[in-house]
Amino acid sequence: MIRYIFKRLLQLIPVLIGITFLSFAMMRLAGGDAVTYMYENAGAAVSQEIIDKTKAEYGLDKPFPVQYANWFSGMVTGDMGESYVSHRDVYETFTSKLPATIMLTLSSVVLTVLLAVPLGILSAVKHNKWIDHVIRFLSFVGNSMPNFFAAMVLMYFLSVKLGILPVVTNSDLGQSIILPTLTLAVSMAAKYTRQVRATVLEELNKPYVMGAKARGIRGSVIIWKSVMKASMLTIITLLALSIGNLLGGTAIVENIFMWDGVGKLAVDAINMRDYPIIQAYVAWMAVIYVLVNLVTDILYHYLDPRVRLGGDRA
Amino acid sequence: MSGEKKITVRKQKTRKNHTRAKLIFFLILTAVLLLIAAFAKYLCPYDPYAQDLTLAQKAPCPEHLLGTDRYGRDMLSRVITGSTVSIYGTLILVAVITVVGTVIGILCGWRGGKTEAVLMRISDLFLAFPGLVFALAVAAVLGGGIQNAIIALAVIGWPKFARLARGLTLTQKASPYLMAVKLSGSSTGKLLIKHILPNIAGPILVTAVLDIGTMMMELAGLSFLGLGVKPPMAEWGSMINDGRSMLQIAPWMVLAPGAAIFITVMIFNLLGDTVRDYMDPRERNRGK
Repeated sequence: MIRYIFKRLLQLIPVLIGITFLSFAMMRLAGGDAVTYMYENAGAAVSQEIIDKTKAEYGLDKPFPVQYANWFSGMVTGDMGESYVSHRDVYETFTSKLPATIMLTLSSVVLTVLLAVPLGILSAVKHNKWIDHVIRFLSFVGNSMPNFFAAMVLMYFLSVKLGILPVVTNSDLGQSIILPTLTLAVSMAAKYTRQVRATVLEELNKPYVMGAKARGIRGSVIIWKSVMKASMLTIITLLALSIGNLLGGTAIVENIFMWDGVGKLAVDAINMRDYPIIQAYVAWMAVIYVLVNLVTDILYHYLDPRVRLGGDRA
Repeated sequence: MSGEKKITVRKQKTRKNHTRAKLIFFLILTAVLLLIAAFAKYLCPYDPYAQDLTLAQKAPCPEHLLGTDRYGRDMLSRVITGSTVSIYGTLILVAVITVVGTVIGILCGWRGGKTEAVLMRISDLFLAFPGLVFALAVAAVLGGGIQNAIIALAVIGWPKFARLARGLTLTQKASPYLMAVKLSGSSTGKLLIKHILPNIAGPILVTAVLDIGTMMMELAGLSFLGLGVKPPMAEWGSMINDGRSMLQIAPWMVLAPGAAIFITVMIFNLLGDTVRDYMDPRERNRGK
């Protein structure tokens, strides 16, 4: 087990280098004229001399690999330069916004599980009954709705028509988090209900279920004790994948509801061409995503005896 | 012998479900959408860009079936016009990632060795990013514009198809018929295009069709964030963005383009599901 974790951590190194290099290189492709743009933003026409001086100040005149090495060591030590626009420390800005996004992500994942797992099981157990059709129809509808439109619809009915929730984030956290969470959870739950249903259905068709039934074990016991245990793995994998989706999806939802997290920060930065912030966002999001995937793999490894035994032999 | 054969045929007929009929139905619906998008110019009741401030924010009425926006532009005309960019933009995007991904995948699967190692590591790298995050970054680098939004999503979209095509090519590579093709002196190019490609096209096509809905939503999402089309161009995502500040007084500004995306994505998703069922012989023959 420890050997496996160690091996996975080693494998992580080239991926992390690749990710950071890619995000760095991309921003540099565009970042060359960032200085010019910065002065244009300020409304001042400046000479080439000042541009060169500013470039030197930000280290933009050094060779590319040197710039990357500097930036990478900065990323590790928490010094990612300062924003072109607000001139605040990038790392600080980013970490101050991160908790809000993580909170939103977690609340959405929890709500997604609370919706998708029971509905998926219900749908599988009542296979081809009317309730199955209703759930499948709803999940299909949720699946075909872009999250920004779902956000608008929820906002329209819950805030504008009924007036029970604030339209955008206000000081009351408990109320403010409901709409963004609901938006993110609706589309994810739609997707995962289908998957949970398929998994449970497959499990229900396995011979051991028939065996258990033949021995007179109650249906509910079979489902909760045996089928759920076997389906858990798929559900955990799905959750990990959904966190990846969420990290990107929050960018849109945070913007709609003015939720002050990194997604909103990134979109604002894109509009202002604040490259250091975008860079930090892309690199950190990818790192978080990769780490979440790693934890999932380890969890998977730990939970499933089949994978565990197979993995150790290899 | 022949009698027995007849019985099996009949048995299949009676158990046959409606996949084929469904497929035709959804293909027709898709064709209608494509035609609307193609001839949008001639279908609009009004000029989608003509502003008339005296008519601003009119609720839906017989003259303006979906109401008007804040500049008095007819929503129905704008929704119809927007379909061109939304639908054909998405189709181009899916076509690009399918073709690029498939070509790279086949090459990797066939050549193996260094080519495969390098290209697959690159695709791993792209898969390591949460999709929209990377697309946002690419869009940021390239600036706005619908072409750039398509490029941004294409950059992040191709590895999925490359992986699929590679896996399929590898299974084909091991099959005996390819040995025969090689022995009969066929050139590699001919072998890849005439033999491998047709044999792996099915699953790739299914994945591509199933991908259309998702891609359409992501493209609209980028436009919604202001990273897609530039105003005043009509596109569903940016129209929703336009209308969102008016949600309280003119909800139709959001609901009309939103419903358009929703219905279109739904039709493409239904088409994708049906194509998948149709291509899968197990599904096709499994009676309900």
